[in-house]
Amino acid sequence: MNNILLIIQREYVTRVKKKSFIVMTILGPLLMGLMYAGVIWAAVSSVNQKKIEVLDESKLFEGKFKPSEEFLFVFKKEKIEDLKKSLKGSDFDALVHIPSDVLENPKSIKIYSEKGVTLELQSRVESALEREIENIKLTEAGITKSVLESAKMDVSSETISLKEGGEKKSSAAAASIIGGICAFLIYLSVFIYGAQVMRSITEEKTSRIVEILISSVKPFQLMIGKIIGVALVGLTQFGLWIVLSAGILTFGSKLVGEKLIQSKNAMTEAQMASLPPEAQEMAKEKMQAGGGIPSEMMPDFFGALDTLPLTTIIISFLFYFVGGYLLYSALFGAVGSAVDSDTDTQQFMLPITIPIIAAFMIAQFVIRDPNSNLAIWTSMIPFTSPIIMMVRIPFGVPIWQIVLSVVLLIGGFIFTTWLASRIYRVGILMYGKKVTWKELGKWIFYKS
Amino acid sequence: MSENILEIHNVVKNYANHRALDDVSLTIPSGVIYGLLGPNGAGKTSLIRIVNQITAPDSGSVLFDGKPLNEKNIYEIGYLPEERGLYKKMKVGEQLLYLARLKGLSKDAAMEKLKEWFIKFDIKTWWDKPIEDLSKGMQQKIQFVATVLHQPKLIILDEPFSGFDPINATLIKDEILELKEKGSTIIFSTHRMESVEELCDYIALINKSKKVLEGKKLDIKDQYKSNTYTLNYEGEKVDSATNFNVLSNQKNLDGSQTAVLKAADGKFGNDLLREILEKVTVKSFKEDVASMNDVFIKAVNESN
Repeated sequence: MNNILLIIQREYVTRVKKKSFIVMTILGPLLMGLMYAGVIWAAVSSVNQKKIEVLDESKLFEGKFKPSEEFLFVFKKEKIEDLKKSLKGSDFDALVHIPSDVLENPKSIKIYSEKGVTLELQSRVESALEREIENIKLTEAGITKSVLESAKMDVSSETISLKEGGEKKSSAAAASIIGGICAFLIYLSVFIYGAQVMRSITEEKTSRIVEILISSVKPFQLMIGKIIGVALVGLTQFGLWIVLSAGILTFGSKLVGEKLIQSKNAMTEAQMASLPPEAQEMAKEKMQAGGGIPSEMMPDFFGALDTLPLTTIIISFLFYFVGGYLLYSALFGAVGSAVDSDTDTQQFMLPITIPIIAAFMIAQFVIRDPNSNLAIWTSMIPFTSPIIMMVRIPFGVPIWQIVLSVVLLIGGFIFTTWLASRIYRVGILMYGKKVTWKELGKWIFYKS
Repeated sequence: MSENILEIHNVVKNYANHRALDDVSLTIPSGVIYGLLGPNGAGKTSLIRIVNQITAPDSGSVLFDGKPLNEKNIYEIGYLPEERGLYKKMKVGEQLLYLARLKGLSKDAAMEKLKEWFIKFDIKTWWDKPIEDLSKGMQQKIQFVATVLHQPKLIILDEPFSGFDPINATLIKDEILELKEKGSTIIFSTHRMESVEELCDYIALINKSKKVLEGKKLDIKDQYKSNTYTLNYEGEKVDSATNFNVLSNQKNLDGSQTAVLKAADGKFGNDLLREILEKVTVKSFKEDVASMNDVFIKAVNESN
């Protein structure tokens, strides 16, 4: 026992002190933060409002084009020829020409632009016109405006999950995001840390220190000590990542958030200035009612987070991370002990990586349907359960399924650790032999 | 301490498709240097691994200090394997400390001992160097320190001199003798017969999984002596006589001659000399002692 602790300590300390660990631990969240900032910055800076002039000969649409963050519409009275000529060199990006017979001939609308018309502008103009023409035609058919108003309805559903202890608002979107992130982290960590165990075992074997070590400790102690040591390194790294990312995100989003608000304010002012006075009033009222920035712009993600079973998610993440890692790293370790160099690991890696990759792929379906048969089965099988169950848990999973999955996973890693230790004890002392699968199978049954 | 540090009784060890040890019994007295000899693949490493409890015998028993071998004995054995290495990136001091603690020493005790060795080998400046910065010979020194640091009762050295220059080889040799002096028993596995000649008190020879020879080195050498004598003389060429046969004769540059004489059964040096003295002037006369090399080759060939 004492020896296992010493081994764990060595494995942990040498790894944590490595430059690569420190760099990765700091750089990881920084890169994520940069990515996050980059996405937001791109989103903010791409909002480059385009000014569109509209010549409405039908006189039906004036004031009907609502300004948005992308487009600002200005109605003109000049002749089409003059407008076309003046478009070049003006600060307008495009010119929409609505002929007087648009109701009879809806395909006669033309959009002129110097740089080419974007699909977005086209569809926006088209949908605005379609809506208005529809309104006009409905009114002509005798349907009053009030009927029209009441017929327009904004449908958005609220999902509620029924639980003992009352109804809870839930958010499918938040659940799938959290589940997806957890599953991805487990997928990644099994690969990263499993491979670390494998490489370090091969290294001990090729440097022949293993011969010295096993005269002091049992091969099993050496293997399990290494596996646990690396697991602790993984947990440390995750812990630091979470703390650092949280720090960076809070700091970053504060910074970016301010910028976002500033640019929005600047934009709305510019928008309003170009509107006719009465429209300006209306827009102002609307904005005050909406509390400045339209709230639908920011999905209430963090609000939805509160409704998820967070404690369950965190505890089960830790369990499935450790369980999945133990299960696979034992197998990776067995491979590491059987080969003479890293390059020989390929043939044995494939059968180990296939279930992990498969689990990750199945997870994409499980996110969409977390209670399908596929989801339930794969969240029971120890080789896929760490990833699949993590996807399901934010959606809520019956307790018996969790218990069964946990028991099976514990059984699973005890089994793979046993299997691996049988291979390991033979493998570390076997040199210069091209090992086959058949050979590995035989090793399992060797007497010690 | 019991009279024999290690007793191996009828040990059999089978691997998948061959028998590595076939009914091998050895007795290793306390406080001696014991040479474990044998050609490559004879089963020496298998035997050493059993003593180190890396593997277990299929049948037979091993007694350590009079009692059946158990897990605690690991702390009383120091093993320097033939194929040996260290963590390349780990610093010398840290690494030795780690290995010593795995052998059951407390951190303080290990530090204490390490300091002594670092002073003794004059390697104080190496403490913070990673192993990969050291030459092969320097690494071997570190491995030797790691093997003996915990003052084991039994030290098993497998080819301890490989990779050493003559100066360091002598240094290690002196250390081995000193360890013996302090009461440790040393099992010494090697192919270098000159070091066996120099160091070993006892030897055992294993060939093809079986023990061929075991006993005091001098007894064995006596057993394998060829009963020949080398004669350096002046005068007429000697011919075979009743007490001896001439195996070879050659003229030297200084005019003397050297002959190798084989004594007839039951005849010894004095009998030969008596006959020779009548004929020639004897400059030197010496009984040929079997070298370990001869013993090794002869014994292996006989058992084949």
